[in-house]
Amino acid sequence: MQRTQQSGKSRKRKEQAIRSLFFIIALASVMALGFIMYFLFVEGLPVFSKVSVKDFVFGRYWYPTSQPPDFGIFPLIVASMAVTGLSAAMSIPLGVLAALYLAEAAAPRVRQWVKPVVELLAALPSVVIGFFGMVVVAPFLQDLLDIPTGLNLFNGALMLAFMSVPTICSISEDAIYSVPVELKEASLALGATHWETIARVLLPASLSGICTAIILGMSRAIGETMVVLMVTGGAAMVPESIFDPVRPMPASIAAEMAEAPFRGSHYHALFATGIVLFIFTLLFNLLADHISHRYKQTGAATL
Amino acid sequence: MEHINGRRRLLENSMFWLFRVAAIINGIALLAVVYFIASRGWRAINWTFLTEPPLDSMTKGGILPCIVGTICLSMGAMLVALPIGVASAVYLSEYARPGRVLRIIRLGINNLAGVPSVVFGLFGLAFFVIYLDMGISILAGSLTLGALTLPVIIGASEEAFRAVPGTYREASLGLGATKWQTIYRVVFPSALPGILTGAILGLSRAAGETAPIMFTAAVFFSPSLPASIFDDVMALPYHIYVLATAGTDIEATRHLQYGTAVVLILIVLGLNLMAIIYRAHLQKRK
Repeated sequence: MQRTQQSGKSRKRKEQAIRSLFFIIALASVMALGFIMYFLFVEGLPVFSKVSVKDFVFGRYWYPTSQPPDFGIFPLIVASMAVTGLSAAMSIPLGVLAALYLAEAAAPRVRQWVKPVVELLAALPSVVIGFFGMVVVAPFLQDLLDIPTGLNLFNGALMLAFMSVPTICSISEDAIYSVPVELKEASLALGATHWETIARVLLPASLSGICTAIILGMSRAIGETMVVLMVTGGAAMVPESIFDPVRPMPASIAAEMAEAPFRGSHYHALFATGIVLFIFTLLFNLLADHISHRYKQTGAATL
Repeated sequence: MEHINGRRRLLENSMFWLFRVAAIINGIALLAVVYFIASRGWRAINWTFLTEPPLDSMTKGGILPCIVGTICLSMGAMLVALPIGVASAVYLSEYARPGRVLRIIRLGINNLAGVPSVVFGLFGLAFFVIYLDMGISILAGSLTLGALTLPVIIGASEEAFRAVPGTYREASLGLGATKWQTIYRVVFPSALPGILTGAILGLSRAAGETAPIMFTAAVFFSPSLPASIFDDVMALPYHIYVLATAGTDIEATRHLQYGTAVVLILIVLGLNLMAIIYRAHLQKRK
């Protein structure tokens, strides 16, 4: 009797140890995020001994290698926002409409085929899309519109839309698909057409999910590197038209890091650009998280 | 009345057409990318292309070191991410109770998934390459890619664990098994196929990423295959970027660029198709 009690106790202790072990491992993601922030700040903050935060963020000239260097990332921030905004203007309607098609209009057999296509589109490596934009889309745009270069803001936004449509589409589809069927049936039973049901019942009920999808899609677009590095043209200036070449933040970091002298001001400035980029995506993600928690999807119980 | 119904019907039909068009545009986009690249790239692919290193300052020859490098890096990333990711998923689905701690962990995972790939590259450079003194190496690249794919693995594994019916757990616990025995002998084997699907998706994600390995593992050119995990490597995505933007003669190596892109697409889409088909197969079995 005593022995079983003894082994029961050690068994309990072992269970407790295993539980703690899994808990510690589960913290790895949080730790990784912490490490990322820590190292960005350690390597990025020294640049602010050379240039003030205000001049860094709002400075209009990015000439990191001239003497004396200019570290103003305002043109890069504007470029990132312009590329992301323009791509959102294309990807939001496309992604949400395709999600509505999958969730409401497609026959089950078609849905079975189209869903994997969207997933495959999401899986295309960014460097391949960037390459496609460079060798196929850029010459096409250049000839079609008779502009000096096809590597510009518009082309970059188009290629980014490629990358964010699948994100927007699949998350929105999940949201629309999970609206309780009772809501839909009630609306149809009252004589509404299928479209009226979608517009007045399904869309409002799944709005928080769709917003989350859009924000995550935009977050993916603003952080995307290879596409903007290869396709936007790389001129660090505030664009005047959508066919001007630009240099978004990720492109600047990726293109210049190899040449920046180790722990020189340029190196630190690129890490500081990384901090700004990181803060942008962090805000996007926190906003998405907030929306999906604050405005929980409408369930049958609330009506 | 008739008139109003006609208009309602018209609106409905046109909206549904709009949905269809949006879906078709997605399909065309995928086909266009694959078609344009495959039609120009397939001719570059032959046995020598796949089994020889680049020659004459990368204007001739093959891409063997890039293929080997990409395999090393993505396998390495899975060696890092799979154990940590599956264990995290065990905690989230089997042990965690709703509360502030769980909320923080979830927030960490979601935000890690949203970190831009180039920021992972900066992190890998500062932490693995410089601080831990690993240098530009397979090890540093794999660890960076591992951190990047961690959320993918956690998501897929957690879903797999949650799909295991609660009755399995109750039956095992009812027979006197401890919680750990239940997880290890009952839940884990049932969830294994789902975890495997996640691992394949993680592998394909790691194989296609460029920015995280630019500063941590990949080099323009390396004359020999890597001998250890402390060596730097060539990699397919980085090779495409280098040839397309900084090669000695960009136009003359176009066919090599297309060929490399085709190989990368085949690997990534092939892995994804495998995961999709495997998942459909599992669903059918249930």
